[in-house]
Amino acid sequence: MKVIKIDKKDWAKGIKALHKAYGLIGPVKEKEYFTFQVLSGGTIPDLEFRNTRLSPKAVVFPQSEDMFEYSLDDSREDHHLLKEVEKDYSPRVVFGIRPCDAKALELVKMNFDTDEYKDPYWLNLYEATTFVGMACDSPCSTCFCTTAGTGPYHEEGLDVLMADNGDSYLAKLLTDKGEKLATSAGWADSAGKSDVLAAKKTAAEAKIVSTVSTEALSGKDALELYNADFWEDVSFACINCGTCTYVCPTCWCFDIQDEVHGKSGKRMRTWDSCMFPIFTVHTTGHNPRATKLQRVRQRFMHKLKYFVDKYDKGIMCVGCGRCVRQCPVNIDIRRVCETMNSFGSDNTCAVQSS
Amino acid sequence: MSGYTDKIREISQRLLKDCSVEMIIGFRKGTQPMMNEPFVVRSAEDVDQLIWDSNCGINLTNYLTNRTEKIGIIAKGCDSRNIVTHILENKIKRDQLVIIGVPCRGMIDRRRIAMLAEGEVLAVTETDDAIVVKTGTGENEYKKSDVLQQNCKVCVHRNPVIHDELVAEPVEEQQDIDRYADVRDIEARKPEEKWAFFDELLAPCIRCYACKNACPLCYCPTCFVDEAKPQWLGKSQDPMDIRTFHFLRAYHCAGRCTDCGACERACPVGINMRLLTKKLEKDCLDQYGWEAGMSLDSRPALDIYRPDDPEAFIK
Amino acid sequence: MDNPYLPFQVRIDDIIVESEDNNLKTFKFVFLNKEDEVKFNYSAGQFAELSIPGKGEIPIGIASSPVEKGFLKFTINKAGVVTTHLHNMKVGDIMGIRGPMGNWFPWSTFEGKNILIVGGGFAFTTLRSSIIYLLDPANRSKFGNIDVVYGARTPGMLLYKDELVEWEKRDDINVHITVDNSDDPDWKYNVGFVPPITEEKAPQGGSDSYAIVCGPPIMIKFTQPVLEKLGYDHDHIYLSLENRMKCGIGMCGRCGIGKELVCKDGPVFTLTEINKTPREY
Repeated sequence: MKVIKIDKKDWAKGIKALHKAYGLIGPVKEKEYFTFQVLSGGTIPDLEFRNTRLSPKAVVFPQSEDMFEYSLDDSREDHHLLKEVEKDYSPRVVFGIRPCDAKALELVKMNFDTDEYKDPYWLNLYEATTFVGMACDSPCSTCFCTTAGTGPYHEEGLDVLMADNGDSYLAKLLTDKGEKLATSAGWADSAGKSDVLAAKKTAAEAKIVSTVSTEALSGKDALELYNADFWEDVSFACINCGTCTYVCPTCWCFDIQDEVHGKSGKRMRTWDSCMFPIFTVHTTGHNPRATKLQRVRQRFMHKLKYFVDKYDKGIMCVGCGRCVRQCPVNIDIRRVCETMNSFGSDNTCAVQSS
Repeated sequence: MSGYTDKIREISQRLLKDCSVEMIIGFRKGTQPMMNEPFVVRSAEDVDQLIWDSNCGINLTNYLTNRTEKIGIIAKGCDSRNIVTHILENKIKRDQLVIIGVPCRGMIDRRRIAMLAEGEVLAVTETDDAIVVKTGTGENEYKKSDVLQQNCKVCVHRNPVIHDELVAEPVEEQQDIDRYADVRDIEARKPEEKWAFFDELLAPCIRCYACKNACPLCYCPTCFVDEAKPQWLGKSQDPMDIRTFHFLRAYHCAGRCTDCGACERACPVGINMRLLTKKLEKDCLDQYGWEAGMSLDSRPALDIYRPDDPEAFIK
Repeated sequence: MDNPYLPFQVRIDDIIVESEDNNLKTFKFVFLNKEDEVKFNYSAGQFAELSIPGKGEIPIGIASSPVEKGFLKFTINKAGVVTTHLHNMKVGDIMGIRGPMGNWFPWSTFEGKNILIVGGGFAFTTLRSSIIYLLDPANRSKFGNIDVVYGARTPGMLLYKDELVEWEKRDDINVHITVDNSDDPDWKYNVGFVPPITEEKAPQGGSDSYAIVCGPPIMIKFTQPVLEKLGYDHDHIYLSLENRMKCGIGMCGRCGIGKELVCKDGPVFTLTEINKTPREY
């Protein structure tokens, strides 16, 4: 795999060249926070950021997205017929995506890209995008990526992994898409045979001090975990807002809505959240998850147990720590994961020793 | 505020032991700097987890709605006013509650501290007047009064208005505070400037509803945002729907809001939606001399008729 | 890439009022494009999303049978926004259908076996589809005895009355119709709830017998012990679940019960499977 060196002096020039062939998306500082935004002509992505408050999942999964449009005007021949909304799936590149968020894309892909059905909205955007990652040399105290199946230099889900190396960036071209991007930008200087990246990776991983234990989750009985007493304690503080699900890079649930203005309408989809009571309510008014406890349990069981059992690909969490930092009442997934992972272990010991 | 925690534990232990209450609702230490977690204690052995410091900004009245148990609840000034409102609105009964009052010197603004600090905030400690913030590069000390939440800066009801126990002597209330400078600033603008201001204010909203869910006033079984038959509000990021949500929610709080700041504190994208409720709070004070939740003996301004009402509609 | 959210275009071809309270109507749809009928290749037990531009979509079990060609039928209870609107629509109106969705009753497993079908209320729709499928001359000989217990609140609330009468007359299917109560002096069938009538009329279970149960939660709850008593194993009892759905293709996340999605892994589950999942339906 090719590692190239991009002199920081050549960074802006390369970006300018890319503006011709790609739509550009990257972190931009707005007031005091960074967000992923479309970079208008000439804007250079700011890679001096720590973590964005919102994950970049909206790059491929916008919070609201039009799917179809239609007319309800009976005098028109095409009335009441759904038509696909024109979409721009021309090549785009997203800069500065963190390795944890890139791994999250791979987890979400399992939901949207199945043997039976393909979600065209998510997949078309995903395929049109070249993902350029920025390795993470100064993680937050809440980052627990290394025990959540990823890491500060993890490559899964990325086409290019960049790392800051003083006067230059090192860029590992991981896929054809990545190679093509480097060519378009005119970045071609080989970094030569160097152990710098490996050394930086080891150093960065050592800085991740927060961890979760997940090894026992798959062996637990789902219903025993579901019926455990600790959910009362875990869920007490929860106010049932959607913050954790909306800032999460791996939460993929959505709603489909029709909206009509006059005679013209559209069908769209929007993010939804298992924290909201209305998420599961039946037309009869019956709600299978009517209580806060049930909804909090659903979120953690989905991420840390159901997903684990269904896909055998680890937990549905990449350790980005956003929900930990943003939860208004400090419900901490690391604490919940620990509780679930160690649940019933005393009993197991008792059985084993008897 | 030193000594508050010990006193809270002592009172809670007594109340649980003598079965005056089935549970105590308070805070336990959070996993994050400047974050505590609302917490329920059901047995005397667990009272040592209860704490109190300047990071108890979530309004605990939120956790009382429609509960049936006998409850001890820790309440600073604003919480106590919301408890009064809850009792007046039949969301809880007075005789279910043992209110453990906390004279309050204000909660610290965690976003402001994060902004002032260089790098990530790793730990925050406090004394009575100072906040010490530790980051990767060193320590900084701030005067507590400089880093208070906006609502605490202008608070004139720091002492609980209703309580059964008190963890300390009442604190001196802030005098000569200009409570509504920010509201007047907006009132003075031209309509189009106001429009632009609110547009920008609400632009970051992701409709997570943390503001309404953190609010003790927002207890409707089905919020208007969730009504489906008919559906009142679109669910997309259409700015019109976002504005409708915030404006309508604010109006639902008119005459009831105590400016506890829970909404603003809870917002993950830092929107100061307090500006909306604050305007209504000011109007209630200006027009009716009304402040929410001050007494169990008076009905809320928008819930009462008086023959001397100056408005013509009533005659 | 085929867009699984894009409905087939259909026209309402016929509307039949099924129940005395007018809340149940059967809609017959024909595809606007004939080739879509071939694409909509379904089995008895599956459902589809009925899609009304401007109103939304609603998952409904398919009441017509794969052996009936040229149309689709759905029996719809007027309840929410979409179904209420649908009840006001007319023959000739245009709308959409997405599907078929979900799994179905495992017909190949049932071959050579006896089948007990237990249904209550308006959940009888996919059971009608199943019965028509089983009674089709090309299929009937593949299966053993067929027993049906079907109940509604009153005689006027029974679905598909003409067909019930027809099945009654046949000797290759045993139909046990019941109503909770009846003020019709000429009512010649059973009176009583579905579980006790099942206990009284249904054949014994065993390794050669399977049961299919569709109905309101309370009926399912009380039918379950009856079937156990009759000797039906948990993995020989098939239930069809309902949950709130949007996408119908396993992506939007709301219909999950444990790791299973009712829309895609279901709606048909054995009782053994259901007993392993949280009862969040």
